[in-house]
Amino acid sequence: MWTTPARLRAKDIIGMNRRNIRYIGRYNSRRLYPLVDDKLKTKLLAQKFGITTPALIGTVTTQFGVKHIRKMLAGHHGFVIKPAKGSGGKGILVIERVEGDRYVKPSGARLSLGDVERHVSNILSGLYSLGGSPDVALVEALINFDDSFAEYTYEGVPDIRVIVFKGYPVMAMMRLSTAASDGKANLHQGAVGVGIDIASGTAIRGVQFDRTRHDHPDTGHELASLHIPDWATLLLLAAGCYEMTGLGYLGTDMVLDRAHGPMLLELNARPGLAIQMANGEGLRSRLDLIERQPDGVPAEERVVFSQHHFARSSELRETA
Amino acid sequence: MSRLPFYLIVTLLLVAGAAMSIHRHVQFEVPWTPGELRQVWEIEAQVNFTADGGPAKVNMALPSSQQGYRILTEHTASPGYGLAFLEEEGGRRAEWSTRDASGDQQLYYSVQALVAPGARSAEIEPPPLRRDILWESPYDTAASQVIDRAWARSADHFTFARELINDFTDERQGENARLLLTQFDRTPLLVRLLNQAGVPAREVSGLMLDHGRRRQSLTTWIQVFEDQQWVLFDPRTGERGRPDNMLLWESAGQAVLEVQGGSNSRINFSMLSRNQPAAAAVRNQLADDTLLNFSIHSLPLEDQALFQTILLIPIGALVVVLLRVLVGIKTSGTFMPVLIALAFIQTTLITGLVGFLMVVAVGLVIRNYLSYLNLLLVARVTAVIITVIAIISVFSVLSYRFGLNAGLTITFFPMIILSWTIERMSILWEEEGPKQVLIQGGGSLMTAVLAYLAMNNPWIRHITFNFLGVQLMLMGLILLLGNYTGYRLLELRRFKPVTED
Repeated sequence: MWTTPARLRAKDIIGMNRRNIRYIGRYNSRRLYPLVDDKLKTKLLAQKFGITTPALIGTVTTQFGVKHIRKMLAGHHGFVIKPAKGSGGKGILVIERVEGDRYVKPSGARLSLGDVERHVSNILSGLYSLGGSPDVALVEALINFDDSFAEYTYEGVPDIRVIVFKGYPVMAMMRLSTAASDGKANLHQGAVGVGIDIASGTAIRGVQFDRTRHDHPDTGHELASLHIPDWATLLLLAAGCYEMTGLGYLGTDMVLDRAHGPMLLELNARPGLAIQMANGEGLRSRLDLIERQPDGVPAEERVVFSQHHFARSSELRETA
Repeated sequence: MSRLPFYLIVTLLLVAGAAMSIHRHVQFEVPWTPGELRQVWEIEAQVNFTADGGPAKVNMALPSSQQGYRILTEHTASPGYGLAFLEEEGGRRAEWSTRDASGDQQLYYSVQALVAPGARSAEIEPPPLRRDILWESPYDTAASQVIDRAWARSADHFTFARELINDFTDERQGENARLLLTQFDRTPLLVRLLNQAGVPAREVSGLMLDHGRRRQSLTTWIQVFEDQQWVLFDPRTGERGRPDNMLLWESAGQAVLEVQGGSNSRINFSMLSRNQPAAAAVRNQLADDTLLNFSIHSLPLEDQALFQTILLIPIGALVVVLLRVLVGIKTSGTFMPVLIALAFIQTTLITGLVGFLMVVAVGLVIRNYLSYLNLLLVARVTAVIITVIAIISVFSVLSYRFGLNAGLTITFFPMIILSWTIERMSILWEEEGPKQVLIQGGGSLMTAVLAYLAMNNPWIRHITFNFLGVQLMLMGLILLLGNYTGYRLLELRRFKPVTED
């Protein structure tokens, strides 16, 4: 049931306290937080830096604007409504397709226009935002994720979390939604986390509810063959977010679009520690290595450095 | 980045806090535990005199804090008289005055004296020797012979005083002593002889404390000075040292009572001994607080009671910090558990827990309906606040009807905090399911109960209220905890699967 601090340290695991003081407190300047806490700002900034993001259909900023949402949504078959200042995936409504006057969620649940309006209204009144402050609702185009992942996910879009430290990608995982997680990609809700080798973009290890897994619980597809196309481009995109935001310890959430390739979904200034579970390895020695590197290295070189030093072989193949 | 200033500040806070607490313990005898009983003497002095019919002035010596006793509070009852407390030549005195007094007059003075073994008197300085002593014949020769005799048998001031007094005790009285006693009173005579021999000495008056005694009078004693200390001698037996149950009433060598415009004056004493909890005895200390022993006890009683609660909040907050940083417990709202714990102090634990659970449960049901109404956030929370007030009112009335008076204390719950708790729990339920509600709600409640147990502990209440230095130490401790980068207890479980292979 319990382990010892010595064994965790031997595995390089870092805890919440260390993450907060040693990395977030030291490398993430508080004044930069709004850039990532507000998804609208992140999106506009990313466009300026040439980083691809899902297309913006529109924003709703006022309660009376809620009534015009029908006009905004007309002509779009699938869309995502999310709060600009939401956290932990809260308040994200995914509509896969529109059937007449019904909006269908990936789970098959059908919502009326009133339900959608209520959701937007809740977003505006700050129900999902940090500290309950008034918020803005973003409406984005639905991502058409790469077909090669269809076997690895249930309902939701699989996203790739890359921890970028001082501009170096240090650790990555893919989050696969499951029936248990209700199509959401949050590990604590039951999504499968797959550790991804920084060098090659292939799966290392899979976990669900903190226990090792070799296949997807719903589709039954084995995880060992999971391979992310365009891996170097994705890492370069993630690494570029350091220059874009100035945040030293950053969680970047990426998706692979069928047409547009790797896209930046959102950034997180306080990325969680579950990625260590998915990789079966702690962050500490990797972060220590990066701390010793000089500043001002171009993004391409940083990616090459990380791919060289953080190469791991898959546990899945050995055991499978 | 150097952490040296940080550790310097923490050390400074811890050392200053400890020093302040120890100072208060040593200097003011504030005990470390609340249960200690302290003996307090209540002494009442009654002054009687017959006024001549005209202006009258009464001047009476008052006791000061001294070896073995600390003066706590004093009161007077003297209708029609003006009153002033005077400090003169090392002695405190009360002066009553009136323009027109006739017939029998009664003045009262009462004082509380705490038995405090560590207390010391304020002044230690030798009195000026009286050189103007003149004796008439034949007393001059008798006096010098008595002095010579005792001098030969003594080594220092104290042994000299002992030998001199012994020569005047009944069995050993010589002719010279008998001769001198025909002319002088014993105690003034002894002081006179001591001064004659160059020994600083004075006559003082003491009260023998004996529980429940009435109409007592003062007894005279002799104090002899040498080597920066006063030593007391019994002029009747020559016995050295202060009896434990003696309170020095007048110790400056002055008269105990002086009456102008009256005659037939006397003073008598009655006394009672009580055992008081140490904390109460401390509270009664005179408000002579300086900046160094800055204390809340100089405030009016009502404000003191308020501060007793306020000073406990850091303890509750410390519990929250410990549970979050070292254990890793999730709570709904960071310091909400502290406020709930404060309410528990008013309601008692079981009533508080039952009341809290009932209000939150009913609130969740009603909030669940409100979510269908599609309201704006602030309006919805306000509606929840009104609902909470309604729930609390209904519970109060119901419990009163059923004869459960404990139910009335439910009104001590912070209603706005409860409303936000309900709102957060409700959202948590919708988003993450009932399991998370149980985890976070249970975590909050457990934290609140632990905070309550800590804040309601009599010892902790005593320490936080009486030793303000403890607040500085808490500050230092919390700064240290804020610097902790190690694992949380629950992380040892969370990350266990990683260490398994």
